[in-house]
Amino acid sequence: MLYYTLKRLALAALVALTVSFISFGLLYLSSDPAIAMAGETASDADIEAIRQLYGFDRPILVQYFDWLQRAAAGDLGKSYYFRTDVSALIGERLPTTMTLGVCAITFAILLSVPLGVAAAIRPNSLVDRIALFLSVMGQALPSFWFALMLIVFLSVSLRLLPTSGSDTWLHFVMPTVVLGYYAAPAIMRLTRTGMLEVLSTDYIRTARAKGLRPPVVLFKHALRNAIIPVVSLAAVQFGFMLGGSIVVETIFALHGAGFLAWESITRNDLPTVQGLILVFSLFYIVLTFFADLINAWLDPRIRIK
Amino acid sequence: MAFVTLLPQKTEIEEGAVSERVLDVENLSIEIPVVGGMLHAVDNISLHVERGETLCIVGESGCGKSLTSLAIMDLLPKKAIRTVNKMSLNDENILNFSEKQMSNVRGNKMGMIFQEPMSSLNPSFTVENQMLETLSRHRNIVGSQAKDLVIQMLEKVGIIPAEKRLRQYPHQLSGGLRQRVMIAMTLLCEPELIIADEPTTALDVTIQAQILKLMKGLQNDFNVGLIFITHDLGVVANIADRVAVMYAGQIVEEGSVFDIFDNPSHPYTRGLLSCIPVPGKIKRGEPLGSIPGMVPSLVGDFQGCRFSGRWGDAHEQLDGADIKLASTSDKSKTYKVKGSETHLIRFCCEDCLKKSYIFDKRKAS
Repeated sequence: MLYYTLKRLALAALVALTVSFISFGLLYLSSDPAIAMAGETASDADIEAIRQLYGFDRPILVQYFDWLQRAAAGDLGKSYYFRTDVSALIGERLPTTMTLGVCAITFAILLSVPLGVAAAIRPNSLVDRIALFLSVMGQALPSFWFALMLIVFLSVSLRLLPTSGSDTWLHFVMPTVVLGYYAAPAIMRLTRTGMLEVLSTDYIRTARAKGLRPPVVLFKHALRNAIIPVVSLAAVQFGFMLGGSIVVETIFALHGAGFLAWESITRNDLPTVQGLILVFSLFYIVLTFFADLINAWLDPRIRIK
Repeated sequence: MAFVTLLPQKTEIEEGAVSERVLDVENLSIEIPVVGGMLHAVDNISLHVERGETLCIVGESGCGKSLTSLAIMDLLPKKAIRTVNKMSLNDENILNFSEKQMSNVRGNKMGMIFQEPMSSLNPSFTVENQMLETLSRHRNIVGSQAKDLVIQMLEKVGIIPAEKRLRQYPHQLSGGLRQRVMIAMTLLCEPELIIADEPTTALDVTIQAQILKLMKGLQNDFNVGLIFITHDLGVVANIADRVAVMYAGQIVEEGSVFDIFDNPSHPYTRGLLSCIPVPGKIKRGEPLGSIPGMVPSLVGDFQGCRFSGRWGDAHEQLDGADIKLASTSDKSKTYKVKGSETHLIRFCCEDCLKKSYIFDKRKAS
């Protein structure tokens, strides 16, 4: 297990380095950063001055290592728009996004895994049909529309929940439902497929032939094997929620990192975008790493060669 | 007959022992709804096993032998329909047992060993974990006492050192070892009956011989009834006390292992036996025997003769001398073979009987 963990860790570090290089390069891909920084009305002399000031005239590798060094120390540069440190900006927005992400993935898992298991126990039964209906809905409903409908019913008509903001936990209920419900179908279908497959294996027949009680067969013997691909998927979904909750954050006026990303993109605020991309990518890498560890813990075939 | 050489020498003590019926099944049928109608997979078979006895069920793939074993365990696929008149384990009627009652019987009084040792153990749990859970489920034994029992049992099936294997996962064991673990697991609660569904088919020949020897030994030690399902007649000769030959969902011939190998009376049994090459008897280049024709489809209401076109060379029979009508049902006629009280053959129709035997009245007179 230790060997496996170290191997995964090394791999994660390598991926992180690659991602950092791409994220750094992004600044140069779009346009000359000096021009972008100087603004539309700047003269050639201004641009040249900025180029000198920020060191854009140095060789690109030197700039990269310089940037990497500063990024590692937590300095992601200054936002063009806000004129504040990008790391401080992200640090300020991240808690909201994290809270929303954790709530949403928890909601998605709690909704979809039991439903997927129930659907797999009795394929084509009423439960299975309902689960299928719910997942098709979740897949097909645009989240902005679903969010608006929730606001109309729960906030406007019934006056149960606040429409926007992030002051209390009540503010997070609807965003969690919308974001979680969007992620649930894939997890549910994968749980169902996995369970169906595992339930027809020989070792489940063995477990039943041993006289084990149905819950033991189902949850100890079947679910543990069926859940392995679900863990990987949930990790990716979670990463997606952190970086891609822009629509939901916008509708519910949650000023999280997703909202910040959208703002920065529209304002051409490249250092912020770059910083966000780096942070989100690192999240993905960390999540994948943990998903790999969980899977190795679940499946000895991964951890013991 | 040629096959007598394959047979082990039986001691008289076994046959003289007080027999006690472990399993008694009467009129078992299994139907499975499929596209295009009902598949009559098993058609009205009856079988029984005595304590310490090995009953081999022989037949080709798809003849219903595995379904029969699953039906006894009540582990048939959900859509399969089981009808049976009597099913008793140790004189206890288990026919109307609820799922909960059956789960108390399974793994406890009745165990099963499967064909595929590679996939029959859960890949995510250690050998120890999977063995301990059987003990705690049925015997309520846990902790170090349970572990000692598990180690003892593993040593009995030849896994030494057992301690080291306990901590291993199935994928770290070879096929032979996994099958030994399965056998040990089945024996843990000292069942009355073990059903082994082709336990050696997936193993290579040397391991096969080891496992067979092991099972024979253990069966004697534990004095358990054993149903051994196989399509390998060599294995049958090795291990069986009694044999039931299945064809297209029916038992066409049954009797002691000597009856079947010395005096195969149903054309199907004769055909099967003629398919095995016997060293010394078969000349180089001589074609092996085969059974002509195909197994009929068992989907839908079956009319006519199941063995149609497959009779091969008819057997000479002194009219009324070799076989005697024992009982008739609407589906088949059962004949007793002369020379043994327990040797029975079944024909689905008159035609089948006539084409299987040439009645020679001259010799009879």
